[in-house]
Amino acid sequence: MKSSMFIRKTIALSLSLAVYGLCASSVWAHWLYVSNEKDDTISIIDASTNEVINTIEVGERPRGVTLSHDFTRLFICASDSDTVQVMSIADNKILFELPSGEDPEQFALHPDNRHLYIANEDDAIATVVDIETREVVAQIDVGVEPEGMAVSHNGKYAIVTSETSNMAHWIDTETQEIVANTLVDQRPRDAEFTLDDSELWVSSEIGGTVSIIDTETKLIKHVINFEIPGISVDRIQPVGMELTSDGELAFIALGPSNHVAVVDRASLRVKEYILVGRRVWHMALTPEEDKLYTTNGVSGDVTMVDVATLRAEKTIKVGRYPWGVAVLPKEHVPQQ
Amino acid sequence: MSLFRICCLIAFFCLSAGVRAQDSVNVDILYIEQKIERPPVLSNLVSWPDDEGLQGASLAINDNNTTGKFLGQIYALESLIFATDHDRDDALEQIRQALADHARLVVLNLPASLLLDVSSLDDAQDDLLFNAQAADNELRQADCRPNVLHTVPSRAMHTDALAQFFTYRKWRQIFLIEGNRASDKALAASMRNSVQKFGLQIVEDKTWIEDADMRRTASTEVPVFTQSSKYDVVFVADEDRDFSQYILYNTWLPRPVAGSAGLTPVTWSPVIEQWGAAQLQSRFRKLSNRDMSSRDYANWSALRSIGEAVTRTGVADTELIKRYILSADFELAGFKGASLSYRDWNGQLRQPIQLVHANAVVASAPIEGYLHQLTELDTLGSDRPETQCESFSLQ
Repeated sequence: MKSSMFIRKTIALSLSLAVYGLCASSVWAHWLYVSNEKDDTISIIDASTNEVINTIEVGERPRGVTLSHDFTRLFICASDSDTVQVMSIADNKILFELPSGEDPEQFALHPDNRHLYIANEDDAIATVVDIETREVVAQIDVGVEPEGMAVSHNGKYAIVTSETSNMAHWIDTETQEIVANTLVDQRPRDAEFTLDDSELWVSSEIGGTVSIIDTETKLIKHVINFEIPGISVDRIQPVGMELTSDGELAFIALGPSNHVAVVDRASLRVKEYILVGRRVWHMALTPEEDKLYTTNGVSGDVTMVDVATLRAEKTIKVGRYPWGVAVLPKEHVPQQ
Repeated sequence: MSLFRICCLIAFFCLSAGVRAQDSVNVDILYIEQKIERPPVLSNLVSWPDDEGLQGASLAINDNNTTGKFLGQIYALESLIFATDHDRDDALEQIRQALADHARLVVLNLPASLLLDVSSLDDAQDDLLFNAQAADNELRQADCRPNVLHTVPSRAMHTDALAQFFTYRKWRQIFLIEGNRASDKALAASMRNSVQKFGLQIVEDKTWIEDADMRRTASTEVPVFTQSSKYDVVFVADEDRDFSQYILYNTWLPRPVAGSAGLTPVTWSPVIEQWGAAQLQSRFRKLSNRDMSSRDYANWSALRSIGEAVTRTGVADTELIKRYILSADFELAGFKGASLSYRDWNGQLRQPIQLVHANAVVASAPIEGYLHQLTELDTLGSDRPETQCESFSLQ
């Protein structure tokens, strides 16, 4: 009798653990937040099943999305609503809005987790907002059509790229003033610092190149060109970039050529072009940097690329014209 | 907004750019326009903004100055605008005087004949003239000039764009209707060339008969006029928009209408939204309170070309600017999806041509599939091997 009771209890316990395991599978997976520019929504993807588990309605024309450094909040540029929305990760509710200036497109969060640098595309301005006081602390005149934003990991510089003025502006974050300007090729869209902040990478969409700028001198030290057999040069339009923390690889989204270039950072040569969806613009790496997710605006989907093999493995349908993507590490995914 | 106020605004903006005078590079550009006399047309709805062209130039000056702020460069626009009936010799003399003292950067909104006279002036030989209005094919061919660049596409580029689309859709047989004005004849002639270039066929070639009030009788007149046993598309040449809009839906056979109405090749249109164009459109609307037209865009791209050259070379010297613009390094992001640059055999700005209707872009030429050794943009208009231009060069 005792042994059968024991067996029954064991079975019951195992069954409940198994059921618990099934229900809670998403607790062990990263989540991705993808902004759908034309649907005014955010798609949430579970990275273990690579399926959309939720779609949240947000403001108009959502583009840039960024997580707070403590992973409790998602910031959303709702461009046509002229606001930055702050969403709670715990329950997907919009907590409040930040004064962003008009037509905010993209932004970067300072390492202090408090100051948000926002590009106001229509007004040739960058707005700096204090998230705690919810006030504008500075508005900086920049070039025509600012878009790309970056803040160095050491917090010293904020970068704004002006698409029509073809410049990367260097802002000193203590004085909130522009201290230098670097001219790049036509239509710079995105800016990324290397982990040690020694280099700033800037993509030029119409120029078709990526410029690597020395942070110390503010001068371009190298320009990367791209060439994909069978694809017209005009379609190779670099936009988003992701650099791995180990300093080995850089991924460059090449727009309507539908490919992501993989740059070997030791030689600065392209080692591979990966075919993803249509009009690939922005990307995000998982925290382990073993998977890369790309947003493909025209095909309305997200591609998962395996970093080890450099192969596209899965396509996930989202809303219309996915634009930005942010990765929430699994430790911070809200309990179900 | 009146012309005077626009000029004042431009001057004010330049002064308030906040750059110390002794450090700055000053770029002075001359805008010359003769107002176009528009003929009376049937519809009261056809209208043309009075400040067309100048507003495009003003937006570009603003853009150049916003960039110039960071580089110590100040751009200013001076304008010389003549009424439609201004005495031609007097206009030419005023222009000559404006060009006399030094090598200038000039954007011209003039008809072809006056443009040629201006470019032939002795005082114009060291100037860099941008043609932002005249679409005549001859200006890119036998009538090319060494001191003239063209930002407005030629008629040939527009009709080639249509011919490429017709070929792609297999609309090979064309019913061509030509209006009665000189500009209509020129457009129809250009279309006939494009048809031959792309191997299509004109099955009917008719000149429009002007007797009817199309607003009342289009549905009885047009079917009879377009009666024929076989055609795939109707092409209408009617640049002043007198009758072409009444052809749609009234053709004998149910067929798409293209050319001056219906499916229209444009230099620019408010319906172009892709490639960041929505931003250019909204900045223009804020400035001018209306939509940006093709002529606005042609002026904008001329002044932005100058801005780009000055930004990259750091100097405002006319000769150096011309050399840079014609060099392999020059690129201009023009919100049309491809990088823009100038053809060094005839000075034409190469650019995609959108085919549009009133509410959307239908297609963007060069149509995919048309190949070229150097750039597919050169499948539109006259290419290097076939050029009849002999006098355009860097000297």
